[in-house]
Amino acid sequence: MKFTSPATETIFDTSTVVGKATHRVDGPLKVSGRAPYAYERHDVIDGQLVAYPLGATIAKGRILSIDTQHAKAAPGVHTIITTLEYDELPKDERNVASLFGGDKVVHYHQAIAAVVADSFEQARAAANLITVKYDIEQDLDFDLERQWQQRGTVEPVSATGDFAQAFQSAAKTLDREYRTPGHSHAMMEPHSTLAHWDGDALTIWTSNQMIAWNREALAVTLGLEEDNIRVDSPYIGGGFGSKLFLRSDAVLAALASKASGRPVKLALPRPFVMNNTTHRGETIQRIRIGTDAQGHITAIAHTAMSPTQPGGQGEQATDQTRQFYAGANRLIEHHPVEMFLPESNAMRAPGEASGLMALEIAMDEMAEVLDMDPVAFRALNDTQVDPENPKRTFSDRNFTRCLSEGARAFGWHDRPQTPASRRDGNWLIGMGMAGAYRGSPVLTSGARVRLQANGTVIVETDMTDIGTGSYTIIAQTAAEVMGLPVSAIDVRLGDSNFPRSAGSGGQFGAPSSTAGVYAACVKLREMIAQKLQMPEAELSFSDGAVHSAGEPQLIGTFATDAELVAEDKIEFGKFRSDDHIVSTFGAHFVELRVHALTGEIRLNRMLAVCDSGRILNPITARSQVIGGMVMGVGAAMMEEMAVDRTQGFFANHDLAGYEVPVHMDIPSQEVIFLDTLDPVATPMKAKGIGELGLCGVAAAVANAAYNATGVRLRDYPVTLEKLFPGLPKV
Amino acid sequence: MSPSDVSTAPPSDTDIPCSSVQLTVNGTAQTLTVDNRTTLLDALREGLHLTGTKKGCDHGQCGACTVTVNGRRINSCLSLAVMHDGDDVTTIEGVGTPDALDPMQAAFVEHDGFQCGYCTPGQICSAKAVLEEIRQNVPSHVTKNLMETIPISETEIRERMSGNICRCGAYANILAAITQVAEGSA
Ligand code: FES
Ligand code: FES
Repeated sequence: MKFTSPATETIFDTSTVVGKATHRVDGPLKVSGRAPYAYERHDVIDGQLVAYPLGATIAKGRILSIDTQHAKAAPGVHTIITTLEYDELPKDERNVASLFGGDKVVHYHQAIAAVVADSFEQARAAANLITVKYDIEQDLDFDLERQWQQRGTVEPVSATGDFAQAFQSAAKTLDREYRTPGHSHAMMEPHSTLAHWDGDALTIWTSNQMIAWNREALAVTLGLEEDNIRVDSPYIGGGFGSKLFLRSDAVLAALASKASGRPVKLALPRPFVMNNTTHRGETIQRIRIGTDAQGHITAIAHTAMSPTQPGGQGEQATDQTRQFYAGANRLIEHHPVEMFLPESNAMRAPGEASGLMALEIAMDEMAEVLDMDPVAFRALNDTQVDPENPKRTFSDRNFTRCLSEGARAFGWHDRPQTPASRRDGNWLIGMGMAGAYRGSPVLTSGARVRLQANGTVIVETDMTDIGTGSYTIIAQTAAEVMGLPVSAIDVRLGDSNFPRSAGSGGQFGAPSSTAGVYAACVKLREMIAQKLQMPEAELSFSDGAVHSAGEPQLIGTFATDAELVAEDKIEFGKFRSDDHIVSTFGAHFVELRVHALTGEIRLNRMLAVCDSGRILNPITARSQVIGGMVMGVGAAMMEEMAVDRTQGFFANHDLAGYEVPVHMDIPSQEVIFLDTLDPVATPMKAKGIGELGLCGVAAAVANAAYNATGVRLRDYPVTLEKLFPGLPKV
Repeated sequence: MSPSDVSTAPPSDTDIPCSSVQLTVNGTAQTLTVDNRTTLLDALREGLHLTGTKKGCDHGQCGACTVTVNGRRINSCLSLAVMHDGDDVTTIEGVGTPDALDPMQAAFVEHDGFQCGYCTPGQICSAKAVLEEIRQNVPSHVTKNLMETIPISETEIRERMSGNICRCGAYANILAAITQVAEGSA
């Protein structure tokens, strides 16, 4: 199915399943511990060995030797693979740093060996017996601050009008710098793979968001035919971007399986994950805003710097500023700085998450300069067209409704007008808000649907469910189109033997994959129509039956001789991006309290208002949003990858040192979905939601902390020791 | 594999200190031969193939491995299997099955108290134990008055559940699920 013009009326406009609250179909398996994750596949193959990885303990240099003599002799050890035994493995274009092979080290905890043994305990003990000698490269710079101070000029990412002139002549201006630290995905399941290499064929049971990308990368890196690789990843214990790409767990397990001639499983030890895999890069950002006397933005510039391994992009923190707010004169600059820290790459809402942490404080500050309400200031600068190219329109943008409905629901009018003006005992009370913006991209997505004689439908697609609810919304989609209850749909995901889908990332998964399943179901309906020798349009599908002019016929009867199988994919036409910007919008509101004597910050309540087109399932969509809000609280108040600026690695590389929000940190959360539909987005008029929930949250918290205390912090995270010196005198 | 034949140690090696441990797991008596370094968590996951209990960190930092031992919740990754000879262990598999969910499991489904599901068995084992701890008047960091009966409040639940990290951020829904169970059985 090709999606080449905006959707008109569809069956989803009168839906009975899609858009209705539906509990997760995989829920009973997950709450009973029966959903099998990658490291737990005792069921799939006998004779599994266990591998334990070893990482480099330098940031950059060469490995002179790896002495495995004692490790090889340790009990239970079958074999050891070391990076020196391989040429540097070719890397897929989506990987920035090399994953294995050769003597070069380019980041701390780069994988350099793996020990294969009968048991985990043996492999781990033997790995500790390996000694490595390095030639360490000296005098490397890991100090982004220094790079920022010394930065030169760059070719702008985009320039519209004459920013310099407009900023100079603006009635009111703001010019500020903001700093965001690196963030770790810290998903609960570490990267894990069970690999079985059999002749020319490789099977991996793994934990990966993008099955097709993973298979392509394995083919490149291991020099295999794609057809000889199977990737299976039905349950994934969180990813947030960390499992978008091929990582060392799969490479090491595969090589170890080849070397030992046995199936081998490997999980990255938790303290290894943060330096071995990817992270959200730290940023330093400068934002300049100029307005006329009424508060209309006339000039806006966003400059950002972030570190990257050579060949990477760094964190694109300026992205949203190109399109979020109006203003005729604009300048966007990005300085990626090559640094041999671990690979900076996509983490949930890459670009926007860090960018809005800065932009939405700047908007708060600018409103204050103008003596305007921050909600009103944002609403005044809404735009319905691409500010860089007014010929492109937003397909459906209801940002001002998010602002006004949020303000009303939250009781924004009751906000302390002056910072540090409201007290409740020893607590200073503050409210803050922020706008949210995130693009809603899509990717081609396919599915196969198999009608069974008993009237059930099996859906097969390599789409993944990383907690996002894919199993459920795909079941709902198939149920809706085929006129069946959700319980009659058997959704099978995450297997490369299934049709290629969008996969999970960039909040493109839900809108793309459900559209792909819709396409396959439409094809199945057409096959049924053909059997009846009637036009598909004259049939209706409901209550498990096919209704035409004559008697309704149970749907299973069309599969009595043999199952009826249809396969199709959704392909999105260029009109979507040529003529439009398809994005999602939101507003976040936060009330918090800061202890007047200690600076301790506690959240009182949070609200998110989201404009994401059709909400496919309000239960799972809400969970995505509140989960994003929790991650935003982490970014606001505690998350920070502490860089060792001399040795070049993240020092707090486990869940004790890298703190993420826990139950006690999270207050009552409310989510409001606007009842919008976006016909340009997909045939189902749906957009992504999984990343929008995170965008802007941290700034809303920071703005609330300012409102409570009068202390403006521009350097995340907002912590008590930073607030404390500026607290009002007691 | 018969229950008495479970081993996490390789049969070929004789120079690894191993021990025999008797456990009752989800009501079934098990005799395991374990490498002395094997955690209770790995004895369950690798030895008994009870993989419902998750390994999120192996360092006592996340709570994904929470099980109950003799009625008390522990991080099973922080405890060696050999320390549990004679103990009674309950894992998520013993709490309920997909067709016969425990009320706490059903409440998690009803309130969508999870997303990826990886922290979930630990959250559920913890949640059941938390309600029991409050009923037994075991105080927590947020208990205001040690002389009175501890109320089952949102703050008490949040505080006691704070050793179970959910990176998917389902906390508000988990709280709703636990509260529902607490009220249902109050
Ligand atoms: S696995 Fe035991 S606390 Fe994380
Ligand atoms: S459900 Fe994913 S970590 Fe809690």
